[in-house]
Amino acid sequence: MSAKLPPGLQLEKVDDRIMTLNVGPQHPGSGHMRIIIKVDGDYIVHTDPDPGYVHRGEEKMAEYRNYITNIPHLERPVIHDSCNILYPYCLGIEELLGLEVPERAKYLRVIAAELNRCVYIQYWLAIYGIFLGHSTMFMWPTGDRELLIDLLEKMTGARVTHAYFVPGGIRNDVPPNFEDVCLRQVNYFEKRIKEYADVFYDNPILISRTRDTGVLSREDAIKLGTTGSVLRASGVDFDIRKKEPYDVYDELDFQSPTLKEGDSYARSKIPWLDMLESCRIIREALKKMPKSGSVRVKLKPKPKGGDTEIYRRVESGRGALGMYIVSKGKPQPYRLKISVGSFRNLIAMPHLLTGEKLGNMPAVYWSLNYWPVEADR
Amino acid sequence: MHVTARENKKNESKVVFKMSSDENNTNVEKTEEAPPVPEFENPLANLILKKFPSATIAFANTDRTRVNVSKEEIIQTASFIRDELHFDHAESVSGVDYPDEKQIEVVYHLGSYDDPSLSKQILTLATRVPREDNPHPGNDSTKLSSLYEIFPSVAFHERECFEMLGVYFEGNPDNRRLLLPEDWADIPPLRKDFDIKGR
Repeated sequence: MSAKLPPGLQLEKVDDRIMTLNVGPQHPGSGHMRIIIKVDGDYIVHTDPDPGYVHRGEEKMAEYRNYITNIPHLERPVIHDSCNILYPYCLGIEELLGLEVPERAKYLRVIAAELNRCVYIQYWLAIYGIFLGHSTMFMWPTGDRELLIDLLEKMTGARVTHAYFVPGGIRNDVPPNFEDVCLRQVNYFEKRIKEYADVFYDNPILISRTRDTGVLSREDAIKLGTTGSVLRASGVDFDIRKKEPYDVYDELDFQSPTLKEGDSYARSKIPWLDMLESCRIIREALKKMPKSGSVRVKLKPKPKGGDTEIYRRVESGRGALGMYIVSKGKPQPYRLKISVGSFRNLIAMPHLLTGEKLGNMPAVYWSLNYWPVEADR
Repeated sequence: MHVTARENKKNESKVVFKMSSDENNTNVEKTEEAPPVPEFENPLANLILKKFPSATIAFANTDRTRVNVSKEEIIQTASFIRDELHFDHAESVSGVDYPDEKQIEVVYHLGSYDDPSLSKQILTLATRVPREDNPHPGNDSTKLSSLYEIFPSVAFHERECFEMLGVYFEGNPDNRRLLLPEDWADIPPLRKDFDIKGR
């Protein structure tokens, strides 16, 4: 066929051995992204991740809004983990404006961030379960997640998209009986998630599907700059809450779980261990928190920053989350860069999937704790 | 095109760095007292300045250091930072547009997983490339050597910087679009002259 093609288009040469598969963007097994996979028989020989289907230009939008009106739209990339994505932003603005956060607000922030981390992990765990064909593991986390969503609703007034953190503290104080309710719910939640071990993590079917698939060595994990559960599953003990403690994390006693195997099983287990630690953190924070006091510093309208730049990071549900704020003395940031864990872990996807069997793709892909909306921003 | 030590000193006097506690302010004062090779409290800054005298240290706080280098020197500086200072990965690569100065700044935030003494440190390596008013991404003078060979973790970050600001990274194995639609025909959207519609 020698028909003339329009400029910019070309016919693709079709190999009779190598087949190209588009996984996504509509297929629910990949989230809102596409992975272009080339297979030779059953084996993946080439992987090309193609994100961007949910790109919203958060960084550009932030340049047009002032430091306070930026808050509601900046949490949109991860509505399930909205406290943690606002955390570095608020820490950065506080540093920029020289604000001192009240003690009670610091503890409430840590509690909200840890509750949010659990909510995110439960959501992720439900999807991970269903894509490995484990329906119970879809139902249980989705149901238990409601416990914490109720708590967050009591705290912030919204089930998701809380917009709870503001520069200088939190938006509002918690209701009077919050401490008791929180302690009771978290204790019950912890009891529930411990049961996941029996049904999911000790399940021989899960172990046979995820053990030794998609192994990321310690050296590669460091070289590729991965973060969060991917990094800690490969034996690198690096948790921003421990290494660069913010707010009151240095006063609380907790571990950052680390495993050595680096396979999909280890990567799927780290978030669950994280949740158990989160329960510990919340209980201790409730005990140590001042029982009363202000929770917010009063700000002038449209505060202006100096001529400086700030890079702050926190540990979110998907790893380190950094915000780079360039201020030029205006009420709006001159440039705001959001460096998210999902985007940093994207590079591990072609590295791990190439050479795997196609059937192992969901196990490897979802174990990367990848959230397409956050990666696209 | 680059900020020289003297100009930088001038800037520092009016810039108020609120990055960290009081130690920070003493650093800035020290640089003003002792040119041309200022001593910083952060040893990383001194090591880099000793090896690359033409580099400028914008600030050196207890856990954040910023080094400005020329675009010709970025490869050598990055190799030195990896091999001698033991930084092993890039956390983010940001582009910042300065249309008035006709420059685009590329900022690498480098961190270290392997060296526990550096886990709090973020080393900011910044350089500037010329900016053209009518950009043809990939085919104009807005080019920079990629750090892919030194820090493979920059791969996707540099791709994003290319499409968002039009900085072409020579040596990056993959310089295709990443997040923008395939039929995007406007200027790179994070440049300051790209306006959000309706505003």
